[in-house]
Formats: sequence, structure tokens, C-alpha cells
Amino acid sequence: MKAAILVFPGINRERDMARALKLISGHEPQMVWHAETSLPAGTDLVVVPGGFSYGDYLRCGAIAARAPVMDAVRDYAAKGGLVLGVCNGFQILCESGLLPGVLMRNARLKFICKDVHLRVERSDTPFTRGYNAGQVIRVPVAHGEGNYEADEETIKRVEGEGRVLYRYCSADGVVDEANNINGAAHSIAGLVNDKGNVLGMMPHPENHVEDIMGCTDGRGLFAGLTAHLDQAA
Amino acid sequence: MKNEPKITPELVAAHGLKPDEYERILKLIGREPTFTELGIFSAMWNEHCSYKSSRIHLRGLPTKAPWVIQGPGENAGVIDIGDGQAVVFKMESHNHPSYIEPYQGATTGVGGILRDVFTMGARPIACLNALSFGAPEHARTRHLVSGVVAGVGGYGNSFGVPTVGGQVRFHTRYDGNILVNAMAVGLADADKIFYAAASGVNMPIVYLGSKTGRDGIHGASMASAEFDDKSEEKRPTVQVGDPFAEKLLLEACLEIMEKGCVIAIQDMGAAGLTCSAVEMGAKGDLGVDLDLDAVPTREMGMSAYEMMLSESQERMLMVLKPEKEKEAEAIFKKWGLDFAVVGYTTPSKRFVVKHGGDVMADLPIKELGDEAPLYDRPHVPSAALPVVHAREVPAPMALGAALEKLIGTPDMCSKRWVWEQYDHVILGNTMQRPGGDAAVVRVQDGPKGLALTVDVTPRYCEADPFEGGKQAVAEAWRNITAVGGKPLAITDNLNFGNPERPEIMGQFVGCLKGISEACRTLDFPVVSGNVSLYNETNGRAILPTPSIGGVGLLDDFTKSASLAFKAEGEAILLVGETHGWLGQSVYLRDICGREEGAPPPVDLTAEKRNGDCVRGMIHAGTATAVHDLSDGGLLIALAEMAMASGIGAKLLAAPTSLVSQAYWFGEDQARYLVTVPETEAGRVLAKMRGCEVPCVRIGTTGGDAIAIAGEAPVTIDALRKSFERWLPEYMGGKAA
Repeated sequence: MKAAILVFPGINRERDMARALKLISGHEPQMVWHAETSLPAGTDLVVVPGGFSYGDYLRCGAIAARAPVMDAVRDYAAKGGLVLGVCNGFQILCESGLLPGVLMRNARLKFICKDVHLRVERSDTPFTRGYNAGQVIRVPVAHGEGNYEADEETIKRVEGEGRVLYRYCSADGVVDEANNINGAAHSIAGLVNDKGNVLGMMPHPENHVEDIMGCTDGRGLFAGLTAHLDQAA
Repeated sequence: MKNEPKITPELVAAHGLKPDEYERILKLIGREPTFTELGIFSAMWNEHCSYKSSRIHLRGLPTKAPWVIQGPGENAGVIDIGDGQAVVFKMESHNHPSYIEPYQGATTGVGGILRDVFTMGARPIACLNALSFGAPEHARTRHLVSGVVAGVGGYGNSFGVPTVGGQVRFHTRYDGNILVNAMAVGLADADKIFYAAASGVNMPIVYLGSKTGRDGIHGASMASAEFDDKSEEKRPTVQVGDPFAEKLLLEACLEIMEKGCVIAIQDMGAAGLTCSAVEMGAKGDLGVDLDLDAVPTREMGMSAYEMMLSESQERMLMVLKPEKEKEAEAIFKKWGLDFAVVGYTTPSKRFVVKHGGDVMADLPIKELGDEAPLYDRPHVPSAALPVVHAREVPAPMALGAALEKLIGTPDMCSKRWVWEQYDHVILGNTMQRPGGDAAVVRVQDGPKGLALTVDVTPRYCEADPFEGGKQAVAEAWRNITAVGGKPLAITDNLNFGNPERPEIMGQFVGCLKGISEACRTLDFPVVSGNVSLYNETNGRAILPTPSIGGVGLLDDFTKSASLAFKAEGEAILLVGETHGWLGQSVYLRDICGREEGAPPPVDLTAEKRNGDCVRGMIHAGTATAVHDLSDGGLLIALAEMAMASGIGAKLLAAPTSLVSQAYWFGEDQARYLVTVPETEAGRVLAKMRGCEVPCVRIGTTGGDAIAIAGEAPVTIDALRKSFERWLPEYMGGKAA
């Protein structure tokens, strides 16, 4: 794995992400500054980490989506390169047109930091092959704007194409409004683009990769990516 | 020198300076001050910056230990945790601004304390806070809780530091004057700590960070006065926080420190440019010449007076190594921050401020700080309150009903609604999240960990300042011990009323004596702190609230304990002596409706002996769960251990020598609950007897309820419902 982690001013979970990637893949990822116009040669995974890029004083992710490095990311994604956006990263990917839809204020209008359960909808993607389809995992969320919305037609297409990979659910896998922590359409916690190479998700798998955190359910995502890239290499 | 408005007695009074303090200024400089100079004096000599009422009493605090690298007097305290690593921490209040404008008041409180920590070269790794609000029924309380919690979260979440613990309380005595105490903890290399003292003559003084605006002018003076009905008119004195700018400032500062560019650094906090420039010069025995034309400003036409008193946030002042200036500038430009040379150090020991070619101030720099007024204000001790005898306290309801009610009261209920708005998992090191005795945060990749806590029991401090002061320190020490940490040092945030009233000064002096005694006995020195006086509105003071922030070290984070029961069928042991002390207990207050009596006495020798023994059991791996006893006593602690695990407890009846409700709800100090495997129980009890630590078995874990012999059991489900209900309902507008 040769991962590149994008760093925009105000991003703050880049170290958490780097630590998780290093721990699971064995390879140190490279930090890439927002003003760069190209990605390091040989990059096989681009990660847009969490935080508050540019303070998120405008629409979350709106300014980062226009940073120089994002042109390089768009080119890279167009060629089929893998992109993972977490939290603010998900918002940035939506704002940059790499994913459909938008992340709005949480339905209850408050920032939420807690462990949530996610149902893994399919296991035949690079982003979920570390899990079984239907498996329930526990990972933390930490966001104020994670309420995923898109127009009806988009949601229909995304669902029809099986592009929702993670959904908020109960501990035993029930998807309903009571467990939809931020009010997202169809309880969507993470989805991919039409080619399946760009994933955006609100929860933080990178914070649940070590025993000392009391849960290692986040490992599967990174282990799956590592296996996928090793296989491709 | 140019003088704008004429200095009149009214103008002097409006600056919070007393006539005799103004006389002192005249004598010191030998002439009438300019308007700008008057502003500078008011900024340096207010209570908040000068500690004029508290200084002589603070001198009695123990501040030294072999592991203390830097005690009080710098931006934050520094302790050595071995392996070349140091922990930098401090707690500070932002009470008045938070009452006037809760969101911005709280954000800038958090921002200010984070800046104090990274100014010293440390990367912040955790935040905590202690929040005291008025009675739930008070008209503003809901609005204040909502705004303060959003503000604390808003800043920390965006800055990227986990908020891992704290306290939230409600009491009518905070109706007109809430308390927002924020603590930040950072990690640094022990040999790379940065200080404020400038060195070298003719060195450039560099301004870094955000631009200067008109916000926060006279913030520190406002914080040094009492409130009245017109306090809301002081909104413009509240600063506005920008966590994004602070995050950039953090990264830029740490980067230039790493590159070896920095000689001295001071953040602009209270009294902004004035305080920081004077501090850098005075500590380095140097003068400072400032040229305000070079200061980056947000607004046109700012006067010297406004620039010197602005409390715009996210700003720093530095002395850089001249040969590294270009490198530092490039780093700051990379982060998009302002960088301007605004002055030079001089050999004159004068503080000279120029603006538009005119000298606006020319003052002796050392005297600005050293010659600030110092008061030994009259103080009277609080009257001792009678001891409440348990036999005179009839139980208004059955034990089970009292437990279910008490666990759902505003002070005792779950604060989940609060801490779920704080990012407490960022950085990936939070091993014990909010809701336990102390938070545990791993140090980098381990094996070390830090145990962090904030504690104080204001009703004890009100009833008996000396015992209350002792108790606040003892409880912080106990919290750290209960997770297996070795308590190292504290930061204190002393919140009191108007020091010009002898009874308030008496509370202050009494609490400080108690704090000193506890720190000395427990080898738990004070390394930083903050005093917040004049916390009163229309003549009514807050409860004396000396918040204690404690830091402890775990050599190996895997050898820590948490309060959740771990398995069924384990022995539950009660460590420490139980007399059934009901005076000032939450049972007496919230169940019996009586807020009275002397608080429980604190036997520091017993604290140390019992605590050291419990810590030893944790390190030896014998203790499976540990919880310290505090508000609500034994039964509340058992309920908390059960709720955290879903495992109940079968308990023996109270000893016949004690009144049942006093045994279960009394708040005797120096006590812990410890569980051990059944097979270990006999050996542990024998060992405790050998160490002369009082320890008895009170029951066994198991079942789905708290079941006391001869009483109706209370299910964990019922407890959880009560525990989780009140705060969300209240904030949703349902409950009072």
C-alpha cells in the first residue's frame, strides 16, 4: 500500500488515519499538502481525513474541494484510483463532485460523538472485503454535519446500484429511524461513486483499530484495502 | 506625549482603578498618565491580571516536587513524566464572558487555555472542564447550558483535541454567575520547553497569528468586577473565538519551535498585546519598544488605546533568533497567518509604545507588574456548622426509592447529553472515556498513560472552607488513584465572590489553607492555576468553588482499572471507614430537602494509606473494578458500577451499628469500592488487615439489580432510565 493522506488547513484527524494505516498495512502513508498539484508517484490509495478544513465556516468541505490538490485527486479517481474520504473527507468528496449528494446539519442540530453501529451492506468491494455482508460493526462518529441527503432520483440510483456500503443500525443490525443518528437519507453512513472506487463515510473506523480502545471493528476496512492492494500489486 | 481624552476621576473609576491606586500610578511615573497609559495600567492592575487580592495567600501553596519542571508563574505548569517527556497543563476560568455570551465565552475560554499550553512547546492531547450553572428553574439556565456546551465542543472539536472529562453541576447560587473552567493538557519534550522571558538587546519582537480587532477591549477588567442587572450591556467586551486560526497557529508554532527559531514566546490572552509585551520584557530584564503601525489590524482607524487593550484571540508574540527569522516567516506564510515585526527589545527597561509617529506610552516595564497593588484584605473565618447526627435524619422513603430518585437528580444524573457533544475520541488515545473516575489517555504509543480529572465539592467549601479545600484536592487524588494512576500535580482554578467582603476573603483563605495542607500531605503540588474573584451578582456570591485539575501517571496503561463490574460472582470490598456522615450530603439535600451541617472531615493520612493500597491492588492485577466514593456515597457508587457493566450486586444489610440510610448514602471520605475474584477475597482482606487499611466485604456481583438484603431490589434498567432521563428532557424543554 502506498497511501497519500491529504492535509488541508484545519484537518485534524490525519494523524489518527496515518496511525491506523501504518498499523494495519505496515506502510507509512505520505502526507500531501493541499497546495500540491500532483500526488506522489505510485500512490494507490488517497485518503481525505476528518477535521474542519478551512474551519468549515462555509458549507463543510466547500473550500477544500477547490484546493489545487483536488484536481490531481479528480484525475486519479477518473483513472480508477481508490479514494477514501472520512467525515470531513466525505463532505469534501461530495463538494468536489466525486460523490453525489450533500451532508447537512445533523437532524437534532447537535454535534454527536459516540459509538454507533453500522451494517455492512456488501462484502465484494475493496472497502468492505474485510467484512461479511450483513455484519454489524461498532465505530465512533464525531460530527455536526453528517445528515446525508440527495435528490430522490439520485438516492434511487445509488440504492439500485448497491452503492450504499455502510448504514446506521442497531447493535443487532436493525436499520430504522431510532438508530439513524443524524437523520441521513436511508440511514446512509457511507457510499461509493458509480465506478465503486471512491468511498465517503461519516464514521471513523480509524479510531477503532486497537484493543485499548475497547473495540477493533474498524480494522476490517483497512485490512480489506490492504489485501486488495497487495493482490493487485 | 499626545493625550487624547483628559484624565478625570470619572475616567479613572471607569477603568476600575481606585483613587489610591491612581495615586500610586502618579507616584510611580511622576506625571499624569496618557489615556493609553491609563488603559495599560487598568489592564495590568486589575484583579484578573495582577492577583492583587490573592497573591499573598497563593504564596503558601506547595509548588515543588522532584518531578516539577515549572511551577506557577508561566503560561502553564510543567511536570516530568520520564523518558524525556513532560506534561504541560493549566486550568483557567472564563466565567463572566460565558454568562454574557455563552457560546463565545466558552469557546474563547477553551482557546485561551489551549494557547497557554502550546505556547510552552507542548502539543495539546486532552481538554477537561468544570461547569457550574444556576438552578434548573432559573430562566437563563437552559440557554446557558446549551450555549456553553456547544461552545466548549465547538472549539475543541474543530481544533482537534479530545475533551475527555469534567464536571457539570447546578445550584441556585450560580444563577447570575455561572462558572466555566477549562483545562488543557499537552505533551512536550522535557528539554524543549519554551518560556516568555526575552533575551538579548535589539532583538525583533514578532507578532503572529490573527489580526487585531476591537473585540474584547477591557475583557480582563470586566472579569474583575461584579455583575449587576446591566451586565448584558457588556457583550462587546467578550472576545470571538476562531478555532481554525488557533489550529493553524498551533501547527505553525510547533513547526518553528521544532526548527529552533524561537527564543521567547508569549500568547496574547487577557489584556492582549499589553500583558504579553510587558511580560516578555519584564521577565527578561529588558525594555520593549512597540510600533503599533506595524500591528496587523482587522479594522481601520484603531487607536493605540484600542490596540493595546484588544483581546482578539489566536495571537502570539515572539522573540525569534535573527538568523532564523526568514525561515519562521516562511512557515507562518505557509499556514496563512500574519507575521509582522512590531518592536524591539531595548536595554532601557521602559515600555514604549509608538503610534503614527507619536509616543503614546512610556512606562517603567518592571514596575508595571512588580509594583501592582498588593492587598492583604480583611478576612473572617466562616462559622463552624453543627454536625448532623444520622439518628436525627429520618428516611423519607425506602432505600431503593431514594436511590432511584437520587441517581436521576440534576447533579447526579448522566451527563451524556453534554459529553456526546465533545469529540472525546480524536487522536486515538482515549482509553477511559467521560463518565468514569478519571479519564485515561495513552501517551503517544504507550506504554505510559495519563490519568486526568477535575473535581471540587462547592457545598463542602461553603460549609467549611478548610475541609472543603482539603476535600477538593483529596478527591482529585482519589479519582486518579481509582484508575491506577500515581497522582503527580494539580492546577487550581479558584472561583470566589467579592474579595472586598471579609466573609468571602475568609472563604478564600480557608480553602487555600485546606488545599495547601492536602497538597503537602499527598505530595501533590500546585504547578499552575488561575484566580477568579468577583463572581457575584447584585451582592450574592457563588458557592466557593476551587476547581482542582489533577494529573497522574500510569507507567503502563494496561495496568489501569475502570469502575464497571467485570464479572458475576466477584467479591465486592469496601475500603476505608464508614461512619455514615450525612451533613452536606446529596441525600440530605435532595432526598430530605436539607442543605445543612458540617461537611465530612478529610483525614489525609487515611486518604494516602487507603489510596496507596488500592493503587497497589490495581498494579498487582488483583482489583477487577475500582470506583472511588464521593457524592451520594456507597449506594450511588454501586449503582454506577452496575450501570456501567449491566451486572448487578447482591449486598449485605447495613451494619446494625449504623443508621441504614446513613450507611448507604453517607459521604465519608477516603473510601473506594473494589471488586476481586471470589478466590482472592480472603487473601486480599487479610492483606488489608496487615496494612491496617479498613476493608470489609459488603456483597457479591451478579444479577440484574442492586439487591440489598431485606430491601426491594432496584433493577439496573430502572436505574439507567432514571440516570439518563433528566438532562435530555430538561434540555428538550420538558422538565424544570
